[in-house]
Amino acid sequence: RAQEVPVFEIQGFDTTETPNSFEEITSYNNFYEFGTGKDDPARHAHALTTDPWSVEIDGLVERPGSYGLGDILAKVDIDERIYRFRCVEAWSMVIPWNGFELNQLLNMAGIQPSAKYVRFETLYRPEEMSGQNRPILDWPYVEGLRLDEAMHPLTLMATGLYGKELPNQNGAPLRLVVPWKYGFKSIKSIVKITLQEEQPVNTWKAINHREYGFYSNVNPDVSHPRWSQATERRIGGGVFASRVATLKFNGYEEQVADLYRGMDLSKNY
Amino acid sequence: MIDRINRFMRQVPTWPLYVAAVIPPVWYFYAGVTGQLGVDPVKSMEHKIGLLGLQVLIASLCVTPLRRYAGLNLLKFRRALGLIGFFYIFLHLLVWVVLDVQIFSQIISDIYKRPYITIGMGAFVLMIPLAATSYNAAIRKLGRNWRKLHKLVYPAVLLGGVHFVMLRKGWQIEPLLYLAAVVALLLLRVPVRQKITRWMSRESA
Repeated sequence: RAQEVPVFEIQGFDTTETPNSFEEITSYNNFYEFGTGKDDPARHAHALTTDPWSVEIDGLVERPGSYGLGDILAKVDIDERIYRFRCVEAWSMVIPWNGFELNQLLNMAGIQPSAKYVRFETLYRPEEMSGQNRPILDWPYVEGLRLDEAMHPLTLMATGLYGKELPNQNGAPLRLVVPWKYGFKSIKSIVKITLQEEQPVNTWKAINHREYGFYSNVNPDVSHPRWSQATERRIGGGVFASRVATLKFNGYEEQVADLYRGMDLSKNY
Repeated sequence: MIDRINRFMRQVPTWPLYVAAVIPPVWYFYAGVTGQLGVDPVKSMEHKIGLLGLQVLIASLCVTPLRRYAGLNLLKFRRALGLIGFFYIFLHLLVWVVLDVQIFSQIISDIYKRPYITIGMGAFVLMIPLAATSYNAAIRKLGRNWRKLHKLVYPAVLLGGVHFVMLRKGWQIEPLLYLAAVVALLLLRVPVRQKITRWMSRESA
């Protein structure tokens, strides 16, 4: 039976739940650039070179250009954030990220008033990312956020885990973390950020728009066509763990519900 | 060579197959409980035993073509393969119900609302009468109808292959290869010559 009342609260930015172990977080990943198995990224991601690394920021920004990772990190505040993480496949973890708010990076580039959306792109380097040699997804992986979502203080650019450098299989050296959305929105190994007026087409939505939307907010009331989203399996519970009730906006309703006032979330899934 | 294998196979009993069949699920369960199946042992057990079931059922579909096209006679093992495959699929269902979904109302609504689960469940249901009529007395009693009834294994395994393709995100290669193998094994059973003559006579009519 699913737990009726979740025993956790969010103090400031952090959940009070016990984080998953470093081992759990780094051995169970969806990162199709390194294969479709959950253990493929941990086995193959070491081939990725993450230094040097830069992020191209273009589109509706005041200062477009290539931003070196070192220059970015020198100008931002790195925080620890213990976030709930809910995958669209109905499993979940609690992850202590290190990173900075995305709004700091966007402000560094200067947002033009006409910008409404942010488009992100993962690195395309099939010689190092073995999964990209197969046409599983339309590479490179693309994700997007509405500008107000991108500027929200919960929206993190993660650079680390448990105070250590972000492991490659978790999206090194720079990945998005949007804790109230399904995990596939949190795009990994970002090399390009574009500010634009029109809504970007994210990779999974392009593949199957019935199953994966643009918003992809965690919502127990809106089923994935192939499975219910009402409950989740918390990773680390072992063979006999009970399912846990899934929370609206993954438990961040208080912080983010206002962003979607007046929107029909069953249509904008 | 083939004759020598066939002669050897006649002397091999089938019971060790049933004994050996118990080992993988027991091992998966033990490995899951002791943390050797990764951080999501329930999904791992569910997928491993389901895939093993599909593999054994595919092996059972190989028996007839091997005899017809290679002269290899493994007929005496076919019942064991079918029953073991059914046993694994039953355990796969059991893991899904008891350890994975757990909630009765959600199990019912999943079977009813989610196409890949509906299909998987359909495949399992189709195999129940086959497992139930797999003993000698039933074969004798049903006579010619037994052969007809047991053709249900074709749609059952085909649905199993489709179920595997559908549960993965996107179009993945591994499940597509399994489905292709099932389709190929079923196509081998289509009586080609008959079909062609029938088609030709229809064309000329």
